Amino acid sequence: MAALVFAALGLAWYAVTAGGLIRPLFLPSPGQVLARLDTLRQSGQLTADISISVYRITVGFLISTLFALPIGVLIGCYRFWEAAIEPLVDFVRYMPVVAFVPLTILWTGTGDGQKFLIIFIGTFFQQVLLVMDNVRSVPRDFINLGRTLEMPDWRILYRIVIPSAMPAIWDSMRISLGWAWTWLVVAELVAATSGLGYRITTAQRFFQTDLIFGYLLILGILGLATDQAMKFAGRRLFRYLEVQR
Amino acid sequence: MGENEFVALVGTSGCGKSTLLSIAAGLETYDEGSITVDGDPVTGPGLDRGVVFQTYTLLPWLTAIGNVEFALRAAGRRGRDIREIAQEQLALVGLDGFADAYPAELSGGMKQRVAIARALSYRPKILLMDEPFGALDALTRHHMQELLTAVWERHRLTVLFVTHDVEEAVYLSDRVAVMTNRPGRVKSLIDITLPRPRHYGLVATPEFQALQAEVLHEIRSESIAIASLGSALS
Repeated sequence: MAALVFAALGLAWYAVTAGGLIRPLFLPSPGQVLARLDTLRQSGQLTADISISVYRITVGFLISTLFALPIGVLIGCYRFWEAAIEPLVDFVRYMPVVAFVPLTILWTGTGDGQKFLIIFIGTFFQQVLLVMDNVRSVPRDFINLGRTLEMPDWRILYRIVIPSAMPAIWDSMRISLGWAWTWLVVAELVAATSGLGYRITTAQRFFQTDLIFGYLLILGILGLATDQAMKFAGRRLFRYLEVQR
Repeated sequence: MGENEFVALVGTSGCGKSTLLSIAAGLETYDEGSITVDGDPVTGPGLDRGVVFQTYTLLPWLTAIGNVEFALRAAGRRGRDIREIAQEQLALVGLDGFADAYPAELSGGMKQRVAIARALSYRPKILLMDEPFGALDALTRHHMQELLTAVWERHRLTVLFVTHDVEEAVYLSDRVAVMTNRPGRVKSLIDITLPRPRHYGLVATPEFQALQAEVLHEIRSESIAIASLGSALS
């Protein structure tokens, strides 16, 4: 079904451009875009751009997740930590990430560190709230079960609460990875000397609309691929949730 | 409650029977009165009381046998006999063929059977059951009542069983405690003198019907009192 939608859209794109309805500057034809991507691939630029961006998002996202998981679990489980941290998280969450770009450049320069920082600011606070919510929706009676078994709190936490929240947490990570892509490209658009976002900015300077379109497609494909990969991995990891009769 | 007695706690919804059970389980605190097990006051949850919850509480990432083993391990059992005991417990509730099934693969009745096996596995003195069959369809519920009776008649232990189903209460128990609404307290205790072992045919006998009517009357007089109070106020 999804494949059909993609095919229809592609066909419409082809029809509109081949019919000369729109000037190529605004909407280049699929052939033009593919040809541009192919030349970039042959020069090695495409692979270089993709790998640097993938590297940045991997590191940035991992750092953010590594901090968000324990803090989110803590806030979700203990009223004290919720009262202490949640308002702060909510406060920062509403600050536009883009506004942090000049600050982060000032703090860390324009290197990879700044990209990590932007991804971190953009995803960490959202992740904390998602994880908090996931932990909180663990059924009350699961915790009561642990209590009737005289399990100490920390054991209930890591033997019942965390495994129980894991499938939902995995899903939250999948969703927040999508946002991380956006922040990566934002960071690269503003100040970078490499990466997919940077290439789009330089293309803009030379009116290379075909390149912009090509790179947007690549971003879409990368996002879709990671999303599908995480969905698939989630189904494998949490196979016990599916009824197989 | 006497030792090895099966007591059913009935009452209209909202009268606090589940709360009373939670207090007995040590999951909720109470303002006044006292709850003791063998003379020791209840100060929190403990392994001397096994609980079967109203909701399905099988841990979904563990198999049926894994869930029973989880409780045994929490209770401090170690070594090879864990698997053996778990297998025995599953056999007791007739699920020996489903040891490796995950909860998602089990029906509601099967899940509650595993929950019963799990609560019995570490040999608590008292089994506390909070409307454990409330979410099941009528046929499965009858089946579960027969199974519980059979298990209990073979391995006696003290049971407190909360329900709002009068037939269920009479069929299962030695004594029925009727609880009143606001303030929630036990209004009357009715001895169920029906012979054991019990089978489902018993439900149709005049003795059963008479006891059921008596319990119903106790509950109804309560709700009628509330209804007339309501109309007097308006």
